[in-house]
Formats: sequence, structure tokens, C-alpha cells
Amino acid sequence: MLLLAGVALAFYWVPDAPLEGFRQRIFYIHVPVALTAYACFGWAAWKALRLLSTRDQRYDLESYTAVHMGVIFGILTLVTGSIWARTSWGVWWSWGERQLVLFLVLFLFYSAYFMLRYSVEAGPRRASMSAVYALFGVVLIPVSFLAIRLAEGLIHPVVFDRNVGDNLAGSQLLTFAVCLAGTLALAATLYVNELTGKRVDERLRELREALE
Amino acid sequence: MTAYLADVGALARKDLLLELRSRDTLPAMLLFVVSTLVVFSFALPAGTGETAAYGLLWVAIVFTAILGLTRAFAAEREQRVLDGLVLAPCDRSAIWAGKGIAVVVFLALAELVALPAFALFFEPVTWELVAAVALADLGLASVGTLLAAMAAASRARELLLPLLFLPLVIPVVVGGVGASIADDPGRYLGFLALYDLIFAILSWASFEYVVTE
Repeated sequence: MLLLAGVALAFYWVPDAPLEGFRQRIFYIHVPVALTAYACFGWAAWKALRLLSTRDQRYDLESYTAVHMGVIFGILTLVTGSIWARTSWGVWWSWGERQLVLFLVLFLFYSAYFMLRYSVEAGPRRASMSAVYALFGVVLIPVSFLAIRLAEGLIHPVVFDRNVGDNLAGSQLLTFAVCLAGTLALAATLYVNELTGKRVDERLRELREALE
Repeated sequence: MTAYLADVGALARKDLLLELRSRDTLPAMLLFVVSTLVVFSFALPAGTGETAAYGLLWVAIVFTAILGLTRAFAAEREQRVLDGLVLAPCDRSAIWAGKGIAVVVFLALAELVALPAFALFFEPVTWELVAAVALADLGLASVGTLLAAMAAASRARELLLPLLFLPLVIPVVVGGVGASIADDPGRYLGFLALYDLIFAILSWASFEYVVTE
């Protein structure tokens, strides 16, 4: 299933050549991956909210896995965005690129999430602490975005003009939609896979403790 | 409501009294912020311009806040006061509010020294800067108190707090620097106020989950 999603992604991505030249193609990977990362963080926050309202411990693992996936897709966004910046503007990193800066902030933020999890003993308290932190993350996304927009005028008066959202022709839109569906499916598959693995891990640990 | 405010007041007074008697945190914060500014004066090459100095002032403020926050729950942790506070018949968010007020007071006192020192060493202090610092204090304290409670429960403690804190306060730095150097500081002050509001509500509502099982 995982492979299928990946193959479908590559298959639909390759034949539809965009008009702007070869380098523009990375748009079909970069943007869906970024949106998928947002979706993962949003999903994590939703599970966190469920955890806090119901106190059902199984949401903890789900929220954690979603953050895990979000960070993986966030790193992919950073890498693809960096490649795009290199091909378009000749630099690997540009502080004028809002999305990339936002992802850097989010990457730092969610890396600290793992630090938090690893340094607190497992239990209901860790679950609710992680949940609170995940909720903060999803609030931080729009606030940071606003902050980065404000900072742009301040520190970088020259903004790269990049109209990705508009002027998408029919075939481009279709490719984009397929790619988005592909990355989302990939994320969902990975999520289910990882969640199953983590659940098995936890069961195993419980059983081992029961044996001792 | 009045009972809640009385709880908050009592908790804040406890922290301030404790600091007044032990003098653990505040002198360290004062010394730290001044020495940071001195280090910055060497770190800035001659002719870097005034804007860079304002930027560094905000770095100094954020780092001083971290220093104060790492100590914020020290007494609670060492003497196991937090368990008692959680058991006390008051709303748990009152613990957050009381601690937050104490942190704001510490920060404000540190800046009472830092801003004149900044004016002496670097650039004049404007009213916009004072307003931005006051607004930033609220935001730093409300987010910081919650994260400090989280960090206090972890094994890494002092190590963890800056990692949790810094990405979350990047917007505060943006707003603060903007209000100090931009031509239209109102936008940035408004942004700081918005940040305070959002994160104060969020921290207030979620503190209970951080300190209880």
C-alpha cells in the first residue's frame, strides 16, 4: 500500500510537464509535502485535544505518531524547498522565503517535542504534557506565519515574487491534486504503519514486564 | 471570582516573599542582563549601526527571561511544594497566574536596570521600546511559566527549557525588534498584544494538564 502510493505519485508526477521549465516541477512535490506536514500537525493537535478532553491514553500514541510524521514531512519540505531555492535563485537558503522560514521554526519547535517526550517518564502526565505542547504547536503556526510576514518588511525589504497559488491551468491543477492526494496517502499509510509498530512495541513491553 | 483572585494574589506574594528572603534569582538576572549587554558591545563591530544594538537588546531580554524561568519552579521541585499546591483547594490555573505574576515582576525589575544600561551604552530608549518590552514581558512570562512547569517535571530540566522556549518566542522577538526600529511601531505593538492574548489564554487553560496526573 505504501509502495503503491509512492509509485502512483511518481507516475503521475513525471508525464505532466509544466510550462515553466523543468525546475518548476519540484513545485508538485514541495507544496503537497508542505501541506501534508501541516495536515499531520493539525491531526496531532486534534488527537491531543481528544486526549485532554477524554483522558483516553490511546490518543497519546496517535498524537505522537502524527507529530513524528509531520516532522518527517517538514524535513522533506525544507530539503525540497532548499533545492528549489537553489535552482530558482542560485542560493540554498533565502530568508525571504516565508514557507521555508516557517518550516524551520516549526522544525525546531517539534524537535523540542521529542526532547520533551524523551526526558519525561512515561505515564499519563507525559501524555497530557505532550498534548498541551502539540496544541501550542498548531497555534504557533499562524502566529509564526504572521510574525514572519511582519519581519519580512523589516529585515528583508526585497521579497521574491512568487505566485504559486494562482494561474494554475487545468492540467497543472490536476497534477497538483494528484500529488497532494499521493503525499497525503503516503503520510496516512506511514502513520498507520508507524502506529501499529508503536502499539506492538508497547504491548511487547507490557508483556515482558508481566513476565518478569 | 474574588476567591480566585485572592488565590492568585496569595501565590504571587509567596513567590515574591520567597525571593525577597532568599535573593536567589533576581540578582543573578540583573547581573546577567548587564553582562550580556557588555559582551554585546564587544560583539558589535564599530559602525554596525543602531538597529543591530536594538536587536541584541531583545536577545538579552529573552535570555534573561530563560535564566529567571529555569529558577521559577526550583523551590517547588526541591521542596516538593508543587504536590501540595496541586492538592490545595484552589483552581490549578491560579498557580500559573501567581507564578506568572512573579515572573513578570522579576523581568520588569531586571529591565528597569537593563533599559537605562542600554541607553547608557548604546542607543536612546524610546517610549515605543518601553511599551514593547512591557507587552513582551507578559507574553514571555505566560508562555515561559507553562513551559518551565513542563521542564521541571522532566529529567533534563534546565537543558530542556531553552529548547522548548526559544522557538515559541520567535514571534515576540519579531514584534519587539519591529516596535523598536520600524517607522510604524503600532503594527508591531498590536502584534505583541495579540500574541499575549492568544498564548495567555492557551497557557491559562492548559496549565492544569501539565501539573496534574
